[in-house]
Amino acid sequence: MAEMTEEKLAEYLEPVKEILSRYEKKERYLIPVLQEAQEEYGYLPEEVMKEIALGLNLSLSQVYGVVTFYSQFHQEPRGNNIIRVCMGTACHVRGGDGILKAIRDELGIDAGETTDDLEFTLESVACIGACGLAPVIMINDDTHGRLTPEKVPEILAKYQ
Amino acid sequence: MKDSIYRSHVLICTGTGCVSSGAKTLKESLEEELAANDLSGEIKIVETGCHGFCEKGPIMIVYPEGVFYCEVQAEDVEEIVEEHLLKGRTVERLLFKEPMTEEQIPSYQDIDFYKKQQRIALANCGKIDPEDINEYIALGGYEAAGKVLTEMEPQEVVDTIKDSGLRGRGGGGFPTGLKWQFAKNSESDKKYVICNADEGDPGAFMDRSILEGDPHRIIEGMLVGAYAIGADEGYVYVRAEYPLAIKRLEKAIEDAEEYGLLGEDIFSSGFDFKLHIKKGAGAFVCGEETALMNSIEGKRGMPTPRPPYPAVRGLWGKPTNINNVETYANIPYIINEGAENFSAIGTEGSSGTKVFALTGKINNTGLVEVPMGTTLREVIFEIGGGLGNGKKFKAVQTGGPSGGCLPEDYLDLPIDYDSLLDAGTMMGSGGMVVMDEDSCMVDVARFFLNFTQSESCGKCTPCREGTKRMLEILNRITDGEGKDGDIELLLELGEHIKSTSLCGLGQSAPNPVLSTIRYFRDEYEAHIHDSDCPAGVCTELASAYVIDEEACIGCGKCAKVCPVDAISGEIKNPFTIDPEVCIACGACEPECPVDAISQG
Repeated sequence: MAEMTEEKLAEYLEPVKEILSRYEKKERYLIPVLQEAQEEYGYLPEEVMKEIALGLNLSLSQVYGVVTFYSQFHQEPRGNNIIRVCMGTACHVRGGDGILKAIRDELGIDAGETTDDLEFTLESVACIGACGLAPVIMINDDTHGRLTPEKVPEILAKYQ
Repeated sequence: MKDSIYRSHVLICTGTGCVSSGAKTLKESLEEELAANDLSGEIKIVETGCHGFCEKGPIMIVYPEGVFYCEVQAEDVEEIVEEHLLKGRTVERLLFKEPMTEEQIPSYQDIDFYKKQQRIALANCGKIDPEDINEYIALGGYEAAGKVLTEMEPQEVVDTIKDSGLRGRGGGGFPTGLKWQFAKNSESDKKYVICNADEGDPGAFMDRSILEGDPHRIIEGMLVGAYAIGADEGYVYVRAEYPLAIKRLEKAIEDAEEYGLLGEDIFSSGFDFKLHIKKGAGAFVCGEETALMNSIEGKRGMPTPRPPYPAVRGLWGKPTNINNVETYANIPYIINEGAENFSAIGTEGSSGTKVFALTGKINNTGLVEVPMGTTLREVIFEIGGGLGNGKKFKAVQTGGPSGGCLPEDYLDLPIDYDSLLDAGTMMGSGGMVVMDEDSCMVDVARFFLNFTQSESCGKCTPCREGTKRMLEILNRITDGEGKDGDIELLLELGEHIKSTSLCGLGQSAPNPVLSTIRYFRDEYEAHIHDSDCPAGVCTELASAYVIDEEACIGCGKCAKVCPVDAISGEIKNPFTIDPEVCIACGACEPECPVDAISQG
């Protein structure tokens, strides 16, 4: 983002400034502000984190510390569709690993990575809480259950 | 109320499980079909929360008969309307079939899965529209809050909860009344109550179902708690992974505010209570109460040493009472029915009921609520319908990553806080994962430790370093490189981590390993000494597959499915498997039309 002119940067930071304007300058609002900012930008670029630190009267290291602590926050751009493969206990004993492998093969990326065309980000998560339907994945806010590796391509195709 | 009288109510479950099985499209087609038959004025569709029987979803119940239909799809709607709603004939093919007997059961109350449950925390889940406050009130909702605020002194409320014997349902099992008493005793100008809905245990989803299915019960429970300890502000800390629960809770809080059940001068008693929702950001350790409070304050969610306990110095340094979702869900019942009636349920040391999330290799997956003291056998074989595919029971894992695995000998153990602790596991939040002979216990222990290790916040050394070392040893064992003394080292490390970690995460992290060594030591030994995984799960240890050249017809189907291209050959000639490349995944075996492939 180094190549951004001052004017461009100001424009880029408009949305986060708007978010900050709705909160008091208190540490307690850091997580909700980060959540809203990530919703807006898709991830948390350094410039945005700096603006948040300024806006809430915190040091950048405090903001960075929180961003890196919680798994929900990301510092890299993410795909349009987020695939979360459940690795919970129920899914584990019912073959969750096979589902993850099938998605990896289909998209050619590992868990934690994003496809080059920014279509998909693949993540493995601890438990989605839909154990009755194991094995389960979530794509964005949709839950897909009772999966088999064979069903994977068909489901992914719906999001392409 | 504006509603007219309906001759029939059709309840459709719109919990997360059923929605992902197609409940939304089911509801839309039912609406259309009712309109097409001019029945919209006679039959009402109600969207409910979770019935707990997620595996059989989408679930539909038709009242007044109480007919229970499962796995209902949009295509079935025409027949249901035509046969059931117009002609009054049950659509038999959609009824539930008992897995053991194949018998078809028309009515909700007669299914084994429900018949043997006693529902207190889940009483309204699946029965009412969670987004309609009037339905909660119609079933006695907010009566307990009204009684407490207008007729009872705070100390009387605390005493009632103490007398009920209610213990924390989030895992620890600490007496709730005592916790309230400590918070009440702390002098302060400001106090808080918090509901811990950061349900992170893999394999547990009761808190989510209660929030989705009956959010007002939690608000009411918190309101009673706030009055008892003298708090005027509260937080519900919910996992961000539960969007539907958050949405329904937001709606419930808005409606309660509108009805004057939250806010200022509730029931004209002069008591004020404001409730907020705080979304988690994905950190398992935030289920620990001190870490959770740090997270609400906007910090990294790391635990702090106790004492001081939250009841003395909690959120922003003020006395705070934290309880779990299911704990709060029991409060209205105790106030309405009395402490004695509550403590009459369950066992002496553990009164009331407990909700379990029954999952894994079992026929009836779902949420079940049973009196404390029910045996594991009753839950697994009577309510759960036994194991699928005729497999043999091997172990049941209770308490999630903090708990342990119990073998067959313990099936007749009555479940309560103390009996589970004695057996080397714990109640935890109530996850119950059933495993059959195809599950490798070393692999299961490694799975849980891998989870707690990656969720360790890194603050204290025993948990951060200790779990890492244990995981390395387990990885070595499952990779076939275990050595003499590994088991003893695991036991020693485990005991140290338990006794020296700062918070509950570290103090319980070794449990899955210690309990599997206690009951399934022979499996560890087989991995280490015989390089054998008896369940055939650890692929590094499994021997390669071979093709019987005499029997092979050279069709090549096996080669197509091999994930590592270990199989080669020419069509119509016998194929071979390269044992160096084969990972023994077993994918080829079922593909062979002439059963020529077997494990060598």
